[in-house]
Amino acid sequence: MDLAFTKEQHDFRQEIRAWLAANAPAQPLQSFDTEQGFQQHREWEAVLNEGRWGMVTWPEELGGRGCDLIEWLIFEEEYYRARAPLRVNQNGIFLLGPTLMEYGTPEQKARILPKMANGEEVWSQGWSEPNAGSDMAAIRSRAELVGDKYVINGQKTWSTRAVWADWCFGMFRTDPESERHHGLTFILVPLDTPGITVRPIPQLDGLPGFAEIFFDNVEVSVDNRLGDEGAGWRVAMATAGFERGLMLRSPARFQETARRLVELYRENCATADHDPAVKDAVIRAYLDAESYCLTTYQTACRLSQGGKIGAESSTNKIFWSELDQNMHATAMSILGARAELLPHAPDARGVGSWLDGWLFAQSGPIYAGTNEIQRNIIAERMLGMPR
Amino acid sequence: MDFTFTQDQLLFQESVRDFLFNEVTPERIRASWQSDTGREHQLWQQLTDLGLVGMTVPEEHGGLGMNAVDFILLAQECGYVALPEPLVHTALVAVPLLSDLGGELAARWLPKIAAGQAKVLVGLEQNLLVEDAHVADLLLLQRGDAIYALTPEQVSLRHNESVDPSRRLYGVDIPADAVPAVSGDIAVDLSGKALNRGALGAAAQALGLAQRMVDMSVQYTGERQQFGKLIGSFQAVKHHMANVAVALEYAKAPVHRAAYSIAMDEVRAGRAVSHAKLVACAAANLAARNSVQVHGAMGYTWEVDLHIFMKKAWALANTWGDAGYHKTRVAQYIFSDDAQLGAVGTFS
Repeated sequence: MDLAFTKEQHDFRQEIRAWLAANAPAQPLQSFDTEQGFQQHREWEAVLNEGRWGMVTWPEELGGRGCDLIEWLIFEEEYYRARAPLRVNQNGIFLLGPTLMEYGTPEQKARILPKMANGEEVWSQGWSEPNAGSDMAAIRSRAELVGDKYVINGQKTWSTRAVWADWCFGMFRTDPESERHHGLTFILVPLDTPGITVRPIPQLDGLPGFAEIFFDNVEVSVDNRLGDEGAGWRVAMATAGFERGLMLRSPARFQETARRLVELYRENCATADHDPAVKDAVIRAYLDAESYCLTTYQTACRLSQGGKIGAESSTNKIFWSELDQNMHATAMSILGARAELLPHAPDARGVGSWLDGWLFAQSGPIYAGTNEIQRNIIAERMLGMPR
Repeated sequence: MDFTFTQDQLLFQESVRDFLFNEVTPERIRASWQSDTGREHQLWQQLTDLGLVGMTVPEEHGGLGMNAVDFILLAQECGYVALPEPLVHTALVAVPLLSDLGGELAARWLPKIAAGQAKVLVGLEQNLLVEDAHVADLLLLQRGDAIYALTPEQVSLRHNESVDPSRRLYGVDIPADAVPAVSGDIAVDLSGKALNRGALGAAAQALGLAQRMVDMSVQYTGERQQFGKLIGSFQAVKHHMANVAVALEYAKAPVHRAAYSIAMDEVRAGRAVSHAKLVACAAANLAARNSVQVHGAMGYTWEVDLHIFMKKAWALANTWGDAGYHKTRVAQYIFSDDAQLGAVGTFS
């Protein structure tokens, strides 16, 4: 055990820190759930890519730096420390990208990855359907192979970033006789294909962060299939859950929230202490964010030495999503009567972005597999309890 | 950056786990409740022969010269079986304190400890009572800014019965004319370090206790049927256990980090230990609460073994600094102007 960073890791940190200091936007961008904000974030992805900081874990020949998990964690720490913009193409670069590298043909990789990297093509997801939420194997949207094209009919929903995205990836049922997770195929669909209708769905903040996608005889080339026909479930599950989770929600994000929460408490403790539970909750926020960081580093070290991770990765999602909810709930308590005010309201002194964070925190225990599903996975696959 | 244990450390953990699980059974623990001292000379000798008792004794005094990182996984295993013998106390608290005191005390007592011929136990004011004072050959007792080294004959002991029959606790009165072994700033410093090591040992044992209670509950709910089904198949029961698994999974790394901080004598050792103690004992308390619940009325009995582990978990939460002590220490740090919070403070 040696908990000091190596010189190379230290130098890597200094390099990204200096680059972000010179290049990260001085002012926060608009929300990427507005048309203008989406465009701003797309442009930021291009800037990141030019500096070769867009996809540091990707191999060098694809514009990355071949970083290992520890370097990824360092990158994230500096990224959040610099308050750099959220990643508008996270569905692409963190979820589809690694899957493509594993299952894509050389042609697919060459066609898709560079444009994903520079933000030219932003990706949305097409997993859930109106009757396939937690029960994703209940997918019914059909893709029928006709000649060298798939003809897609059906409906996807909760497609994050789909309103302004360029592409969607997801699973479709190619074998009409199949049931559950058999007979599904992973297909990539350009969202400007005729027959597609995107209906924006406003989220709790009123902005269209996700959308429904209707497919009406949508024709896409068979070249857009990722992996074999009928192998969609395996392709979707392929990239290790832990690493995906790590890419999406690295500890730095929550440690920064915990830091801001401590600050908020210190600025307002005269009133916040009227509720004695608040101080305790702030202490817990700090401890839990630290626990999340320490545990992630320990797991990353174990994996980089060839260790494996199994169902215990499901504990990850529960831990950070509840931490995020708890921290924002505490911030709401501290802000008191100001908590409900939108940041531009004339009397909303010092509310910062807490309300936005609080609204978003409501989604954490739901998306990417509800926490109830995660608890079932933990009980059955990690602890071995009966199904 | 390497946050893993070596192959040797993991293999030793495995063999110690097997030994303890086979030897320190719930039946043997129950039998020890009936004995005078509650402690077994033969078991202590076995632990000595395995190298566990003298593990942290410096090599020049006949031990293995290992540190808190080497011992931490073994302390977890001691928790897993609710070992009544004061092994964690010896290896993590008494031996390092004696080593720090040095001189004649260390030279005289450390070889005896390593050989299994003497037990030295530590009593700090932070703890109300002294564990296992009745089997000690020497007591290191802190009062204010003084540390006394006294034999049991030099003090008077008051037995205090605990809800956990495995715990033997004593009030110790020091005679007014006793002379401290060390006093002043150095004694305060050494007592603080001893408290940190005791808290680390409690945290590691809490991890083992939590795991044991989960394992027992999974087994019980996988056998017990109601409504024609195994009760472990009910989501309400599953989620009780999943919640413990989450708390436990995220308490391990803080404990290992605290062990490293102590072994490296880092400035942050105190708050790293407080973090570890808080989250590990919280996980063990949740394990106790949810385990007694899924055991139903069985969990409320003396006959079912769950209470052996549950009661120890309850007790550990309030020894070597209770939650209030450790939270206050964390709070003093995070609400200070020089706290390093945020995304780069954890390892810097």
